[in-house]
Amino acid sequence: MNAEEIAQVVSLCRARAGLKVAPDKTYLMESRLSPVARREGYESVSDLLAAIRARREEPLIWSAVEAMAGTETCFFRDRAPFTQFRDEILPQLSRARGAKPVRVWSAACGAGQEVYSLAMIAQEMMAADPTFRVELAASDLSRLALERAQSGLYNQFEVQRGLPIRLLAQHFEKEGDQWRISPELRELVRWRRINLIAGLKPIGQFDVVFCRYVLGIMTDEAQRRVVQDLAYIVPDDGYLVLGAKESISAVAEAFTPVVGRPGLYRRNPAARAAA
Amino acid sequence: MRTCLVVDDSRVIRKVARRILEDIGYEIAEAADGLEAMAWCRAAMPDAILLDWNMPVMSGIEFLRKLREEPGGEAPTVIFCTVENDLAHIREALDAGANEYIMKPFDGDIIADKLVEAGL
Repeated sequence: MNAEEIAQVVSLCRARAGLKVAPDKTYLMESRLSPVARREGYESVSDLLAAIRARREEPLIWSAVEAMAGTETCFFRDRAPFTQFRDEILPQLSRARGAKPVRVWSAACGAGQEVYSLAMIAQEMMAADPTFRVELAASDLSRLALERAQSGLYNQFEVQRGLPIRLLAQHFEKEGDQWRISPELRELVRWRRINLIAGLKPIGQFDVVFCRYVLGIMTDEAQRRVVQDLAYIVPDDGYLVLGAKESISAVAEAFTPVVGRPGLYRRNPAARAAA
Repeated sequence: MRTCLVVDDSRVIRKVARRILEDIGYEIAEAADGLEAMAWCRAAMPDAILLDWNMPVMSGIEFLRKLREEPGGEAPTVIFCTVENDLAHIREALDAGANEYIMKPFDGDIIADKLVEAGL
């Protein structure tokens, strides 16, 4: 890739999705964009980028940007947030909501491991207490990621990352070399393509937002914009969950970290009054 | 130091597993089949056992059933590590008292992850 192509990728990703792509990460760009080039019938990444410059076709542009946004994840990543979700967050919000469902959103869900981890917990709790109501939503920028997530199909390595064997035996069936998550869990989740910087206010209120390991790959400006919108859609008694190892300074004003719970934030009601 | 008994009839697998487990702080003993493993356990019960399924003399599942009936045999955390990767084998292992289950091929991350999963 030459300097002009690198600049093209960096600026496309920033403009379309608020992604921060370091110009020296040419290996990452090549490895993410090569499959897109192949899929769309181009000889090389250079040819793909030339076609984008020449024709400015939206679907092609998005295929490239979406490929650059992809992140890897695993089931029950960081563990603690899921225990807290089950033992503290859900029971508390469920009491507060009464007959209304607790609404949970897995933002930038990737291949779906996070939202399915939440679904396993939600299903268990709803089975134990039929008055318990949870609505799960998952979104990603990438249409390919969403399709994969919705299929609920994982390879043998993926189901061995973070997933206890008892839960594999309980919720998955084998299909050839792959494992497919149960239809019951898949039906618990509503899926939607969402670009986090495109304005989140129309999606409505969510009591808990898992937005992990995605703000960190965004520009400072995009982070601020997303956090501002999250502050709008999370109610005063709601929660924002970031990656346990993430440090995002943009959240500081609207959200307050929960002491002793890395990555867990509460709404800061004072910020709403100010806004 | 915590101890882990690696039970597999393949020397190569035992060597790979030993390196991974030593790196995360385990002291390793090795056995090539279930009978050898049982002799180890009777001499000194390990904290964890990484257990192959198909072995000569005594299979992993047979060993596990016997182990769980031994005095002190309920204590070790047993993690199967086998090419058997269907639900029937997984359920049979859990019913026999396995704590976790690794489907080969594995890597260091999976072993480390499964040890945590099993509470170690």
